[in-house]
Amino acid sequence: MSAKLEVLSQNLQKHLGDRVGALQLARGEITIDVDASDYLEVMATLHDEPELRFEELMDLCGVDYSTYGHGDWSGKRFAAVSHLISITHNWRLRVRCFAPENDFPSLPSVVSIWNSVNWFEREAFDLYGIVFPGHADLRRILTDYGFIGHPFRKDFPISGYVEMRYDPDQQRVIYQPVTIEPREITPRIIREASYGDVENA
Amino acid sequence: MPDIQNYTLNFGPQHPAAHGVLRMVLELDGEVVVRADPHIGMLHRATEKLAETKTWVQSVPYMDRLDYMSMMCNEHAYCLAIESLADIKVPIRAQYIRVMFDEVTRILNHLLWIGAHGIDVGAMTMMLYAMREREDLIDCYEAVSGTRWHAAYYRPGGVYRDLPDSMPQYKASKWKSAAKLKQINEARSGTLLDFLDDFVSRFPKLVDEYETLLTDNRIWKQRLVNVGIVSPERAMQLGFTGPMLRGSGIAWDLRKKQPYEVYDRLDFDIPVGVTGDCYDRYLVRVEELRQSNRIIKQCIDWLRVHPGPVISDDYKVAAPPRASMKSNMEELIHHFKLCTEGMHVPEGQVYSAIEHPKGEFGIYAISDGANKPYRLKIRSPSFVHLSSMDELARGHMIADVVTMVGTIDIVFGEIDR
Repeated sequence: MSAKLEVLSQNLQKHLGDRVGALQLARGEITIDVDASDYLEVMATLHDEPELRFEELMDLCGVDYSTYGHGDWSGKRFAAVSHLISITHNWRLRVRCFAPENDFPSLPSVVSIWNSVNWFEREAFDLYGIVFPGHADLRRILTDYGFIGHPFRKDFPISGYVEMRYDPDQQRVIYQPVTIEPREITPRIIREASYGDVENA
Repeated sequence: MPDIQNYTLNFGPQHPAAHGVLRMVLELDGEVVVRADPHIGMLHRATEKLAETKTWVQSVPYMDRLDYMSMMCNEHAYCLAIESLADIKVPIRAQYIRVMFDEVTRILNHLLWIGAHGIDVGAMTMMLYAMREREDLIDCYEAVSGTRWHAAYYRPGGVYRDLPDSMPQYKASKWKSAAKLKQINEARSGTLLDFLDDFVSRFPKLVDEYETLLTDNRIWKQRLVNVGIVSPERAMQLGFTGPMLRGSGIAWDLRKKQPYEVYDRLDFDIPVGVTGDCYDRYLVRVEELRQSNRIIKQCIDWLRVHPGPVISDDYKVAAPPRASMKSNMEELIHHFKLCTEGMHVPEGQVYSAIEHPKGEFGIYAISDGANKPYRLKIRSPSFVHLSSMDELARGHMIADVVTMVGTIDIVFGEIDR
């Protein structure tokens, strides 16, 4: 572990204490898991505290863990993952927060702490259906006007449910159920750890 | 007399100054913008969802189509993410080639930006000059990858192939005399590095030409100076990166602050603005053209004297050379597995960011150990910059909105993804 990350993880422990659920260090990056009830408070500390000082929020995205690994994910389904960066200290941090409910995922909005999160939260709402109370303008952003569903959820088919075409009889553009047959050319495979290990077979 | 009310105006999605398919609903009080509400998503292709259904390597060409003005930089961030997850060592020559083409790409991007920004503001000629130089660099893309645009040249573990020994030549036609042909083909008679070297020696003078046209041009300054001022504090709040952040006076560049590949061995400077207006951002980008030129020169000099492999020799990651694949069983199996099943990336998550011409371009990848990403998130700089449009445009005249769109330097491929 580099000295810088050592300092960062110590500062995190010092200022967040037991509000840090799990602190993982891998590939030179620190990830912390935060409970949804502490989320807003932790994020405000990360921004304001001079020894942490994360001035910029680089990215916030939704993740749907429902089919993770072999499909035996036992934790909560939806998470919002933020990437923070400190210009002062030149370090990064990843904060992951799982939404407490799977049926109606909801996490407090951090838009008052970092204004840049505005569109990211709209995107997470649009694509995953995660609601951010406190966000003033939570409209869909990337999908079509009048789109139904949240397309990046793992149970949403890649080809979607409706397709659009011009109907010469009605002389307008219409929606109709998709006519594409779903197909998978390369199947998704997770190999066991010892796969291809000839010596220890 | 009846009350005059604000009215709304639809800017785009089919407007030449909208740089693609930006639809902006402008609320106007006379000619002054009261509120700007960008509607995006017209070009949404769900790249991130598509990547979940493709093997890791199959998504590399998708990256070109994000910011289709800086193709190789997008690939770079994606390859870095895979390399970090799978702990792949990239040969040093490949790192230099990547850095060189990143900077070629930066010049390509900034040239298009200066041309388009010029046209937006009324300086028609800039586009013509910028396209002239872009042509040469696009030819380098063609020589090295076989395609002028969507290169798919970077691969996890290195680059697809070594630099070529010859450049594509102009052919005779009824518009080109033999003498003219000889003259324009002269720079192309050597290797790619010779051609780039020639370009690098010519380019600073050409940047001077652009500056003669724009920097002290009265109209240009009237349109840009003190338009769209962003203070350093606001720039950080709004998540600015790259030239947008540096234009506001914060010396932040990932190539210096968190160096990747071989940037820590190269000598270059980071230009910084003072007032944070459109004019400062213009100056920053023009200076970046010169600095990129310096970096390319250093890479050329290094690459000339250091031959070596350009892609990892780990056949679990990169396909074995064609010749050995044809003669050895082991290599044949590796090739078959790579081309049918693809590489497996160990479980984990990574965020790898590069200093893209437009700002910080990041790839956040989650792998569950499969041959496909579990989740891929693309952090595109233009998306964040465009989200500040409302704040930038508020209180400005409607003509300044076009300047603002130009100064943000947006490309819809990466905003809508």
